[in-house]
Amino acid sequence: MNAVYMLWLRQVKKYARSKSRIVGALGQPLLFMVALGFGFGPIYAQAGGGNYMHFLAPGIIAMSILFTSIFSGIEVIWDRQFGFLKETLVAPVSRHEIMLGRTLGGATAGLFQGVIVFFIALGFGLTPNWALVPAALLVAALIAVFFTALGTAIASKMDDMQGFQLIMNFVVMPIFFLSGALFPLDGLPSGIREATAINPLSYGVDGLRAVLTGASHFGLGMDLAVLGVLTAASLGIGSYLFSKIQA
Amino acid sequence: MKHRKIHSKKRVTHPHAIEVADLSKTFGSGEKTVKAVDGVSFTVQKGEVFAFLGPNGAGKSTTIKMLTTLLQPTAGRVRVMGLDAFSQQDDVRRRFGIVFQDPTVDDELTAYENMEFHGALYGVPSDRLPGRIREMLEFVALWDRRDDLLKTFSGGMRRRLEIARGLLHHPEILFLDEPTLGLDPQTRNHIWQYIRKMNREEGTTIFLTTHYMEEAEKMADRIAVIDYGKIVAEGTLSELKQRTKKKTLEDAFIALTGHAIRAENAETGRHMRMWHGRR
Repeated sequence: MNAVYMLWLRQVKKYARSKSRIVGALGQPLLFMVALGFGFGPIYAQAGGGNYMHFLAPGIIAMSILFTSIFSGIEVIWDRQFGFLKETLVAPVSRHEIMLGRTLGGATAGLFQGVIVFFIALGFGLTPNWALVPAALLVAALIAVFFTALGTAIASKMDDMQGFQLIMNFVVMPIFFLSGALFPLDGLPSGIREATAINPLSYGVDGLRAVLTGASHFGLGMDLAVLGVLTAASLGIGSYLFSKIQA
Repeated sequence: MKHRKIHSKKRVTHPHAIEVADLSKTFGSGEKTVKAVDGVSFTVQKGEVFAFLGPNGAGKSTTIKMLTTLLQPTAGRVRVMGLDAFSQQDDVRRRFGIVFQDPTVDDELTAYENMEFHGALYGVPSDRLPGRIREMLEFVALWDRRDDLLKTFSGGMRRRLEIARGLLHHPEILFLDEPTLGLDPQTRNHIWQYIRKMNREEGTTIFLTTHYMEEAEKMADRIAVIDYGKIVAEGTLSELKQRTKKKTLEDAFIALTGHAIRAENAETGRHMRMWHGRR
């Protein structure tokens, strides 16, 4: 377990030291809350949706977890380019332990980023049910582990950063925009409805919304079940792909 | 995970440290096929210092990658301490240490943290780790810089840290892929002396590549020369000199591999490396 801890520690240290990255990653959630929260708030209220900021905040928290986590996973490619990956690949430790440690470390960073955004959202008027905040942490942790493992799995099959834009535009952005982070999932036209239903982040956003604001589309039990299964699967697949890396 | 002993007392009765038979590695397919290693066979005895020499692009690093479980051979067999380097990867990885040719340190960690990370991964007992790290950092004159991030280090300092890290645990086999590249003669001497001592006192098998022929001359019990993916000569220093009727290893090396400067330069080397990842 020592190796898992060391890998975890390394990821956390790297995250904690990249102050500019932490601050930089707060720009987007802030912008979304200001522009969308205040911009669409009046229309949303007129349409009978209630407080849009209240609705939006869990989605934005999920977004920041998604971004930080998936990029932590994709960091494997940087490690490959800067050589450090080889140091871990020849170590007398099973690659599954290495992958697990890395993933938990990246997920910790993602979770932490989500917590920062949570506090920012409080400033924007989110009024959570404090008794359920620990449950929100659980949902957030599942989102973080799932997407870090997904990032690691993707990065294990990539050689360099050239595919990065592709991943950004065809994986990360669609996952965010089609997750119900910005709009309610009820009464969607078919097509979008199916896309949101198969999107893992939909269950994360819905779970966070369920515990933080009490409103849910799928139901918290369903959210947790889907996230739990997906997280386990992504750890398994990511670990397998990581173990097959050659240098 | 249990801590493994630094000094591994139990040595398997198997006589060879490394056995390579008909090893080949081909990259690409169709017309672009590159045969980086082409039917290489050799053995390295336990406790031996074995120099693996060759011009740039001759297949040295590709061979080392296959010996150290990083790359799957296209054909042939590698046994390290009697274990199959591919089907028994995890066991093989417990037996060797390596100093890579390319940088493999973490820029975002301090010198001390890089060492600590390595020590923990290689199972150096935690009560002995701090002392051992200090010893090795002092050995490469980096102890005063231990709390600085690696990104503030010069090329030579990084190189020294790579070496200190590679020597932190005491493996049974130590792979050194051009370890002293870019270091001044004083540092190189200092480091080779230490490696020699490890070899004599602990029986560590040393597998090294270098372009400094005088290093191979001083260090190696046996030498193999690889060129265009094939072993072109193998033997002791005097055998190689005798065979080529030359007085120095450098002359013997040139006699064996020719005067032509290889097409492979830093740029294509980089290209090849990126290529390696693409199974």
